Amino acid sequence: MANIVQFENVGLRYGHGEETLSDVSFTLAGGAFYFLTGASGAGKTSLLKLLYLAQRPTRGAIRLFGEDAVTLPRGRLPGFRRRIGVVFQDFRLVPHLSSFDNIALPLRVSGVPEGDIEAPVREMLAWVGLEGKADARPPTLSGGEQQRVAIARAVIGRPEILVADEPTGNVDPDMAERLLHLFESLNRLGTTVVVATHDFHLLGRIPDAHMMRLDKGRLHDPTGSLRHPASGR
Amino acid sequence: MSVRLVTAAADRRLLDEKGGARAMTWIMAIMLFLTVLAAALGLATLAATSVLNRQLAGRLTVQIVEPAADARAVQTEKVLAALRASPDVRQINAVDRAELSALLRPWLGADGADPELPIPAMVDVDLNNGSDAVVAKVAAIARAAAPSARIDRHESWMSPVSSFMGLVTWLAAALVALMAAATAAVVILAARASLETHRETIEVLHMLGSTDMQLARLFQRRIALDTIFGGAIGAVLAAIVVVTMGYQLAALGSDLIGGLALGVRDWAVLAMLPIAFALLATLAARFAVLGALRRIL
Repeated sequence: MANIVQFENVGLRYGHGEETLSDVSFTLAGGAFYFLTGASGAGKTSLLKLLYLAQRPTRGAIRLFGEDAVTLPRGRLPGFRRRIGVVFQDFRLVPHLSSFDNIALPLRVSGVPEGDIEAPVREMLAWVGLEGKADARPPTLSGGEQQRVAIARAVIGRPEILVADEPTGNVDPDMAERLLHLFESLNRLGTTVVVATHDFHLLGRIPDAHMMRLDKGRLHDPTGSLRHPASGR
Repeated sequence: MSVRLVTAAADRRLLDEKGGARAMTWIMAIMLFLTVLAAALGLATLAATSVLNRQLAGRLTVQIVEPAADARAVQTEKVLAALRASPDVRQINAVDRAELSALLRPWLGADGADPELPIPAMVDVDLNNGSDAVVAKVAAIARAAAPSARIDRHESWMSPVSSFMGLVTWLAAALVALMAAATAAVVILAARASLETHRETIEVLHMLGSTDMQLARLFQRRIALDTIFGGAIGAVLAAIVVVTMGYQLAALGSDLIGGLALGVRDWAVLAMLPIAFALLATLAARFAVLGALRRIL
């Protein structure tokens, strides 16, 4: 599959401090599975923010879906964001909405008619094992349940890229494995998956996954495979 | 640019609208109450000024100030004859001596009715046209017929009253404009506060691909509804006050104050105010939200 993300010498600096990310260069192949690892503070979340267009880089070039994402006009960002699913580290569910409504959000944002929303949301609830929690609001759900609602919300729009920031950080090992299987099954459907984690136990669970390791804001790519990937999975 | 007020039920749930009194509704009720009162005052004085000007324009009183009763009567007849012949005069009427005596009675008592009292003769003249040129022409005819004639133009007596009523009309219009500006300012502040309250939800929606316009609609709908409900309450209360005052003024029986009445068109203008303010509030909310959203990526 074609490359859908390309970072070239990307740097990111917050305010006047040191660069959080320096000279980051990599290419994501469409349909591939990536783990982004690194110690806390290595810049994983910052890199993901660039990836899901919550932040613009201080320098360097980013191409997303074949277009220059750095100079992309603000008015075109929503269209790009709808092609990217995001699982936030802190879930970011809307607390006064039910699980159903939280999962339905991307469809409603995209203007899908109300009549066409019920079936895919129910399917998603079943996929993440929360059929009985459609009306539950996030504060009444456990951490793992909230995480699954967040995942369902991220994938219901069939994004081309799924970005998950420490998705297993708040769940027990069994749940972590279940969540990973969800990502893997989505990846099999063609979605490029990028999972940021510092849980090394997870890394071996997806044999074909590519590893991206950040260390103090720099991406380690000793073989050059991240810059010039052969192909997706 | 569309201004969509009706959104899907799901959209309406996006902003948590529970909890706390809807202060905006009551602020808008007060705003519209004051605005409708000011507008009613302005429209009433405008109508009264118009009636007054219509009544006074082209009206003259010719006074024949002649001490000798016989000469006065002769000059009066000459003035009547000369003015009747003028094409600029629509109607002419010599004021009856008894009527003049009655007018003087509050000041002179029974002495005002004394036939020997040298009261000037008076002739009321209605002109077809109240322009300065016509008034001057008619005055010249009257003076030619009666050298002692004095011409009083009614318009000049009442011009201070008319000016004052014009000033009140402008003041009322300025108040309405100020209230509109204050309403817009309140809405902008409320929209910004609401954005801050719902910042996390807004950020999530942004990341899911919501456009600024979609987000602005959520806020503008809410503020528009507050303005319509609050505005309707305020406007109805103000209308009750206006109607009550209208009855009170009518009971005074004054021709001048009686002109302070609202017509059907005036009521229609007042009825449009809550709608106009709702539209204003909606646009103010939209621009406030769009402006604030533009500052974030």
